[in-house]
Amino acid sequence: MTDRRRHHDMGGLPDSEPVPTREHLFEPWEKRVDAIKALLSDDKRNLLTTDEMRRGIEDLGADAYERYNYYERWISSITNTLLQKKVFTVDELGRKMAEIEARQEDKPL
Amino acid sequence: MNQRHEHAMYDVDPLHHHPPQADLEDTRLTHHQVMQMAVAELLIEKNIVSADELRAQIDFMDTITPARGAALVARAWTDAGFKDRLVADSKAAAAEIGLDIGPIPILVMENTAKIHNLIVCTLCSCYPRFLLGIPPDWYKSRSYRRRAINEPRKVLAEFGTEIGHEVELRVHDSTADMRYMVLPMRPQGTGAMDEAALAELVTRDCMVGVALPRP
Repeated sequence: MTDRRRHHDMGGLPDSEPVPTREHLFEPWEKRVDAIKALLSDDKRNLLTTDEMRRGIEDLGADAYERYNYYERWISSITNTLLQKKVFTVDELGRKMAEIEARQEDKPL
Repeated sequence: MNQRHEHAMYDVDPLHHHPPQADLEDTRLTHHQVMQMAVAELLIEKNIVSADELRAQIDFMDTITPARGAALVARAWTDAGFKDRLVADSKAAAAEIGLDIGPIPILVMENTAKIHNLIVCTLCSCYPRFLLGIPPDWYKSRSYRRRAINEPRKVLAEFGTEIGHEVELRVHDSTADMRYMVLPMRPQGTGAMDEAALAELVTRDCMVGVALPRP
């Protein structure tokens, strides 16, 4: 029988890896992603539902889903949803990211 | 937002401990970190969120710890009526002690001598965040999501938790619309302990079901 599940739907699939019990404290950028998600979802803004967030993660495709870590998937989904809702444009995002990259270039190594 | 003045990731595994590494703070931002900063700055420029709101939200998240879930468990251990109300309607019961369980319903699953409960989210990472905080890495890991539902005893053994075969193991798969928290059994030998001392025994992992409280 063909398994027609999507990639994220992995419950019960064979896996011989032990559960990785090592933990890390959340990095500031991860907390900021979490905070952005919470604020966009609140009653004041109502710009991102849990289901929109899920859909964005599930639509990343198997390859990106595996390559990205957890909060990388989150910020990708948040960003795609905000683009779709025209909160900002691809151009604005591209310019802003280039600006942030350029600020980094100025950093002494 | 200045990435360089904040602490980089560090390891909390007690057997393999590294101090925070200052030099890591100066490593270059990843593509996704740049994306996060860009999104935050655009949202601030467009007056959708303010920098103060972002900071306040992060501060708020830092106050949401497993101590909230533990307070509910300790109250349930010392007040049978409260336990019944907690299992029947966790939102109303939590409100009795001034706790908000958040917008998504949480079912509290009671462990007994005959039933042990375990929670997972096979689809992603749904978790009773308002009671336990941000889910740990292993909860979101591929192997936990895959294995918790078909070989839960083996998974529990990896956490050092042995559940006798006479005990029925129930695994609850969380969704975006329904989350679960485990109400562990009060350990024997804790008869003299008060509610505050009992709450100290209740760890996050006990409320996910991968561990048992120890007196």
